[in-house]
Amino acid sequence: MTNLESVGSTRRDFGEYYHTFLSRHSSLLPTLAAVAILILLFIGAEIFLRGDFISPRNISALLLDNAFLLILAVGMTFVILTAGIDLAVGSVMAFTGIWLAKLLEAGTSLAIAIPAIILGGALIGLLIGALVQFFDVQPFIASLAGLFLARGLAFVVSLSSIKVETPAVLWLQSTRIRFGDWYITPTGILALVVVFAGAYVMQYTRFGRTTYAVGGNEQAALMGLKVARTTVAVYVISGVCGGLAGLVLTAYSGAGYPRNGVGTELDVIAAVVIGGTLLSGGRGYVLGSLVGVFVYGTIKTIISFMGAEQSWTQIVIGALLLLFIVVQRAIVARSDRRS
Amino acid sequence: MRGITIRFPGVLALDNVDFFLHPGEVHSLMGENGAGKSTLVKALTGVYAIDSGSIDVTGSSRVFRSTFDAEAAGISTVYQEINLCANLSVGENVMLGHEPRKGGRIDWKAVHRMAAEHLEGLGISIDTRSMLSNHSIAIQQLVAISRAMVLDAKVLILDEPTSSLDRGEVEQLFTVIRDLRNKGAAIFFVSHFLDQVYEISDRITVLRNGKLVGEYLAKDLPREDLVTKMIGHELDDLAAISSTAARLIDRTETPILKVTDVGRRGVLDPADLDVFDGEIVGIAGLLGSGRTELVRLLYGADRADSGHIEVGGTPAKMTSPRHAIDHHIAFSSEDRRAEGIVSDLTVAENIVLGIQARKGFRKIRRAKQESVVSEYMAALDVRPADPNMIAGNLSGGNQQKVLIARWLATAPELLILDEPTRGIDVGTKADLQRKVAELSEKGLSVIFISSELEEVLRLAQRVVVMRDRKCIGELDSRKVNLDGLIDFIANEGKGSAA
Amino acid sequence: MKHRLFWPVAALVSLILINTVARPQFASITIQDDRFYGALIDILRNSAPLMLVSLGMTVVIATRGIDLSVGAVMAVSGAAALTIIDNSGDANNLGTVMVAVVVALLVSLLLGVWNGFLVSALGIQPIIATLVLMLAGRGVALLITGGFITTVNSTPFEFIATGYMVLLPFAFFISVAAITAVALTERRTALGVLTEAVGINPEASRLAGVRSRGIIWSAYAASAVLSGVAGIIYASNIRAADANAAGQFIELYAILAVVLGGTSLMGGKFSIAGTVVGVLIIQTLDSTILFLGVPSAQSPVFFAIVVIVVVIIQSPRLHRVVRNLVHVARSRGTSESTNDVEVAG
Repeated sequence: MTNLESVGSTRRDFGEYYHTFLSRHSSLLPTLAAVAILILLFIGAEIFLRGDFISPRNISALLLDNAFLLILAVGMTFVILTAGIDLAVGSVMAFTGIWLAKLLEAGTSLAIAIPAIILGGALIGLLIGALVQFFDVQPFIASLAGLFLARGLAFVVSLSSIKVETPAVLWLQSTRIRFGDWYITPTGILALVVVFAGAYVMQYTRFGRTTYAVGGNEQAALMGLKVARTTVAVYVISGVCGGLAGLVLTAYSGAGYPRNGVGTELDVIAAVVIGGTLLSGGRGYVLGSLVGVFVYGTIKTIISFMGAEQSWTQIVIGALLLLFIVVQRAIVARSDRRS
Repeated sequence: MRGITIRFPGVLALDNVDFFLHPGEVHSLMGENGAGKSTLVKALTGVYAIDSGSIDVTGSSRVFRSTFDAEAAGISTVYQEINLCANLSVGENVMLGHEPRKGGRIDWKAVHRMAAEHLEGLGISIDTRSMLSNHSIAIQQLVAISRAMVLDAKVLILDEPTSSLDRGEVEQLFTVIRDLRNKGAAIFFVSHFLDQVYEISDRITVLRNGKLVGEYLAKDLPREDLVTKMIGHELDDLAAISSTAARLIDRTETPILKVTDVGRRGVLDPADLDVFDGEIVGIAGLLGSGRTELVRLLYGADRADSGHIEVGGTPAKMTSPRHAIDHHIAFSSEDRRAEGIVSDLTVAENIVLGIQARKGFRKIRRAKQESVVSEYMAALDVRPADPNMIAGNLSGGNQQKVLIARWLATAPELLILDEPTRGIDVGTKADLQRKVAELSEKGLSVIFISSELEEVLRLAQRVVVMRDRKCIGELDSRKVNLDGLIDFIANEGKGSAA
Repeated sequence: MKHRLFWPVAALVSLILINTVARPQFASITIQDDRFYGALIDILRNSAPLMLVSLGMTVVIATRGIDLSVGAVMAVSGAAALTIIDNSGDANNLGTVMVAVVVALLVSLLLGVWNGFLVSALGIQPIIATLVLMLAGRGVALLITGGFITTVNSTPFEFIATGYMVLLPFAFFISVAAITAVALTERRTALGVLTEAVGINPEASRLAGVRSRGIIWSAYAASAVLSGVAGIIYASNIRAADANAAGQFIELYAILAVVLGGTSLMGGKFSIAGTVVGVLIIQTLDSTILFLGVPSAQSPVFFAIVVIVVVIIQSPRLHRVVRNLVHVARSRGTSESTNDVEVAG
């Protein structure tokens, strides 16, 4: 009875395949959950808003509006993977953003200004990383200090906003490269480049793999891995991302503003966690953070389409974050008991 | 390694120890707690710096300033706590830090191919793409060994590798070890499981109190000799204490504590224990035999998987220390620093902690506190006699007294003492033993764990013997002497004891 | 004297002295209309919100935890109180104000119980558990105020932050009351010692029978209630409920105050008096920065530097390096070891 046999064997094959997949890629599950949530959100919005939601225009706008968040999320993913945290990113973004505006106002060329702000972000990241690695300071305290430093420096640069008139910068934001009804801006391209560069480093370089190792094993140094270098480096990367995000945000709003990014770090952390990165370190994907940022952006868009107050966004994100954390904790507790 | 001496503040951890390891042999290091085993291993792996002596690897003298240096010299260690990344795949763990690259990026196909090859070399074939955490500790250990081979190890140190393995897994590990040895590796095996050491080792080095006792061929060293060398006969003036072992205990009444089949998977095989009124029950065995694990289960400090406990005849739930305390059971932990003394609080606060915790938030009146503190400080002769001294600054012996004071203040019916005399000078030891004897005479039941077998024989009426995580028998302490007890521990009851 | 409070008090005294030298009117207190006025009085009044939050933070840190949600709780509390007053018929009715305050504090208590639940019952890391409220809390506050910055004119309510009582600012008395309440609860009952035991050695405390869970839970509840009071003072001061600005960054200042006062971030022994001194140091520093003409928006830079210096000084690695240096210097005098002492990494 060939038919029965083949049915039976297909089922067995699928079972095997499923088990193998789970044993190899179980850390993908949270990210897949995030994708599922994103799809559900889209479908729900589509139904609720009567077919007005899923359109090339809206989805392109998602990338446009959240490009800076995306860049920050990449840096944050690196940091959280090492079981650290970077609370300074919002302030670094504000600082580099206003500094760029100030430099441009003073006539500095872009070729100097942009590297300068990226260096600025990197230096703050270096400070935080050094405190964490060499002085055993807890990451959240070290990065809170960084937050203060950056925020204060932003106001030192300027107490009020500075408009940016430089055409090159404005070009970053205003240009639309169109594919039919879809479009993308240079800032969007930059964000995607950062995402894919980050994902590549994570997957295909020894540095990236060491990042995972540091998060997964407190004694990674005993394995002969260069833990100190890696720990400091991830904070520097986060700082660089802060600088790039400052550039993007300034282009987006056409001005530098020292009050930018207050509370943004929390949104970034939420997006990264929702995207499947565990706060305890060692598990997560840069592409997952991409999904997480889109979840965040979609929720925000839905809420604004619904005409509800923006404060609901924070509450929903907070609730979602809590849900993910509790589930993560339950999973960890279960695997602890098993081992 | 020659003439290795390592000094820590106040302690001579290793005193002029020599250790020689040859290729193509399995060499075990044996010694009790505090003998210096782990210190020697850490000196070899570059975690500790040596104060004097020399280390030669394949003929050339080395200085290890860090773990990198040791690894670069070809010394690889597989730790008791698997030192791999549970969040990464098996193959990646094997190749981590040395992943083959192609065109500047990691070549994952090659990573898994090479990892699989190395694992095959050890006789295991598993899916290298699966996550490490999906596999048992036994497999994880073999992966760790495989990683050591990738790093081209000349010396492979296995630090307590079998603590979490069952019989079959140990067999598998030993097959791999023998195979590696036959291929010429030098294997340094550290374990406290007597049977296993004899099964796998070619040579045995024994340390005691930081000094080298000797190096022997395993086949030439009878077990009793090994145990004797590890424990030794220590000169003491404790003979002055009248032996309580001879006291008659009424075992016809309901036991104050009846333990049946209590065990925990991977930690302790199901065990029985009865303790009667006014009795001192000793638990004897080597390090790692499961003594502490057993009493922790009795006290509710850890949760048992199986069995049940009766206190004074009525069944009792024992899933947390609070339950035990409510049943008037007290537990003085083996690790007095990490689990006993609250180091930044004063002596007085430490002593009062037990009764205060039971009382809740209402403070015990100052007058009562002071009287309790001074009563027990005097009774146990805590020195210096300053209740406001920070407990962390006391000597080990006095910290132990403070701990016991804390528990005595709660007026327990059963007192569990886990290694109360470890690391304590002779005089204080005598004090403590005298006190325990006195109390049991007044009706307190005691469970007494000590690695010093003479102590156990002197104080306890009954001795429960444990080995390799299970109870192997019970002895009447009047009917057995030290040699007999050692024999019993070493030979699983086939010795000359009754 | 090597008393624990020595350095904090010395720092505070030096700050006050430097200020007095730089501007002699700093130390002067004038009396007018039955009220004291002066820079020092301002410090006592303006420090009230930070004082309350820091007191709560001290207890939480003592249990080896942290509470990042304090600012958000302030915002919610202020929003709740003002919304009630706003929606009542008579904003100037003392009874209404009292009801509003009580409700706001109950809401704060609820938030604290929530935090305690996450940490002690679910076992979630304190940083993460309180991060959730830090994130969502301001959203809740905004919801309560309907997205606006609710302003009210209510004399009884305004009195809280700006009123005087017996020559001194009312807010100061709130501080004193809070300090007294916390100090009495911690030190008159066994709660303080038990909290310290839990923070110093959680395992030993557990084995000794201490009720760790209840202690940790109540620490978070207390922190939230105190933050709630702080939120009311803040709202009273600006006569509005500003969900975004209320308590912004206060968590770092509170942590800094606790650390300056000598309590370790690792938990264990804590000092209420130390925190009080720490808060006063921060407030005086703030006043100094203002006097120097630095815009208050830029002051975070100074505090960042202070935090960095303090954590580096407290860092165990620094202690180890110093201890090694001392050891090497001492052993060079004696001819003890035959070989060089090599420091392993």
